[in-house]
Amino acid sequence: MTDQQIIQFKNVTKQFGDDQPVLNEVSFEIERGKFYTLLGPSGCGKTTILRLIAGFMEPTSGEIYFDGKLCNHIPANKRQVNTVFQDYALFPHLNVFENVAFGLRIKKLKNKVIEEKVRQALSFVNLGGYEHREIKEMSGGQRQRVAIARAIVNEPEVILLDEPLSALDLKLRTQMQYELRQLQRRLGITFIFVTHDQEEALAMSDEIFVLNKGKIQQSGTPIDIYDEPINRFVADFIGESNIVKGTMIEDFRVAFVGQQFECVDQGMNKNEPIEIVIRPEDLAITSQEKGKLKVTVVSQLFRGVHYEIIGQDAAGNEWLVHSTKKAQVGDQIGLDFEPEAIHVMRFGESEEDFDRRLEAYAEDDERE
Amino acid sequence: MNKKLTRQLYSVPYLLWIILFVITPIILVLYYSFFDIEGNFSFVNYQKFFTPVYLKMTFSSFWYAFLITVIALLISYPTAYVLTKTKHKQLWLLLIIVPSWVNLLLKAYAFIGIFGQHGMANNILDIIGVGSRQILFTDFSFIFVSVYIFIPFMILPIFNALDELNPSLLDAANDLGASRWTTFKRVIFPLTIDGVKSGCQIVFIPALSLFMLTRLIAGSRVITLGTAIEQHFLVTQDWGMGSTIAVFLILAMFLVMLVTRDRKRGL
Repeated sequence: MTDQQIIQFKNVTKQFGDDQPVLNEVSFEIERGKFYTLLGPSGCGKTTILRLIAGFMEPTSGEIYFDGKLCNHIPANKRQVNTVFQDYALFPHLNVFENVAFGLRIKKLKNKVIEEKVRQALSFVNLGGYEHREIKEMSGGQRQRVAIARAIVNEPEVILLDEPLSALDLKLRTQMQYELRQLQRRLGITFIFVTHDQEEALAMSDEIFVLNKGKIQQSGTPIDIYDEPINRFVADFIGESNIVKGTMIEDFRVAFVGQQFECVDQGMNKNEPIEIVIRPEDLAITSQEKGKLKVTVVSQLFRGVHYEIIGQDAAGNEWLVHSTKKAQVGDQIGLDFEPEAIHVMRFGESEEDFDRRLEAYAEDDERE
Repeated sequence: MNKKLTRQLYSVPYLLWIILFVITPIILVLYYSFFDIEGNFSFVNYQKFFTPVYLKMTFSSFWYAFLITVIALLISYPTAYVLTKTKHKQLWLLLIIVPSWVNLLLKAYAFIGIFGQHGMANNILDIIGVGSRQILFTDFSFIFVSVYIFIPFMILPIFNALDELNPSLLDAANDLGASRWTTFKRVIFPLTIDGVKSGCQIVFIPALSLFMLTRLIAGSRVITLGTAIEQHFLVTQDWGMGSTIAVFLILAMFLVMLVTRDRKRGL
């Protein structure tokens, strides 16, 4: 237990009745001052984790520690945590000022102090001068900011954000992503952000927890998770990927689609069946002779920044390619890639084993 | 052009209704209020209204209507709140609403049976050793039965208001440090006040002019404005005085509606 740590989950399970547990023996730690994202499809348990931290529900089993103290049974109104809700949950009978002041009024602060803090919080979210507006006069993006101001004005240790950007249009959403990230840096408070949008998660987080079926699949920095997905679910969920079955012949040699390739992975059993991932942007179009893979172009879509090309190899595998080069449907083309582009995933590898294996590479690199 | 015509056509039933059953009666009532019992034009009825007899009657009407409304509200709010938390809330609500479909007179007669000398209420009091007593024809029985009759009308708007309340607002209040009582005081009640207001309107105004119950249940011990109007029209045949009281009753209703009308913020 370090001073840096603010929240800790120990084997936390949440179950409703006799249903499948929503959360199954989840353990993790949250450090102060970082931006965390809980990422996963709907029903993966990410919102449940948020509600457990906020205190809206209690775990079925396991322990939750806040600042080193067990807080399983501490009610929400006694926790140093504030939430920004998905639908903002602003009080429609109160104006902007009173919405933000709500928490401070409950703490019975002096009017003068409240006024100053509310003004400061509103200017933090660029809403200075909107104090006396009614909530229904505010646009979606402005309501979003009021909700954030209402949370930060209480100076909590942790702010929880439950898919707060999902109701905004694309442009506003991108803008709010920047603003939220900046705000978190300026305030230095821990943010725990829940989303099902992987791009949002990659863009904003210091650390991402990828969840599926009540379990944390993988945790790490956005780059770690994107570059070294632990399993098929993570590879598929984060970004687009080509996943095929293969065999690890020996260290640095992997076989798939009936060919052998040089790779950078090691530390697995000889001839172990594995799956490999190649990201679409790591595949480059070349001529048939030069390409490591030979495919026939099946379809092509213009996506603005790049073309999205689907090619089929002789074995019937489909390869998704993101390329700025154009191809013709029906063309025979070659696909080239670097050895680093091949990411090997073992079946059923736990996160600890995975991390240990990756660390082993790093040590090898240092020795060389 | 055509659209405008159909819209005008559609408004015919409404206009007819308003003219025949709202405007005409009010004008007639106003007209009759200016004639004394002999049929001469005069203001004597209005003078009579401001004598202690009628003022006392007005006061007691308001007092009873107020009591009935307050008690109905005190019972209905928690009931509606509990109903919104139940699993089959629409079913439970329906069970409370169903008795209001039974005719008022039938219910009144039923209570005469229950509260009578040898009725169920007195039997129970006998059994538990309190001894039978006069229940019917008391203030208590009048208020009890009136509250019973009006409760469904009070519950319905409050239930709807509570049911529309966004549950994440309660989480938000809790999250911001509010205890359950503070959440009720600062969020739940202010957001359901419109339901409470319309419930009070629906109960208070008819309660002002209750007349059948005053005789059947209160044994004419309670004389409200409604009773007075009925007596003047049917017994003393003094239509003028009856109309004058009705005029004041209508004024009172507008006043109550003015006080309890919805004032939407920001509009």
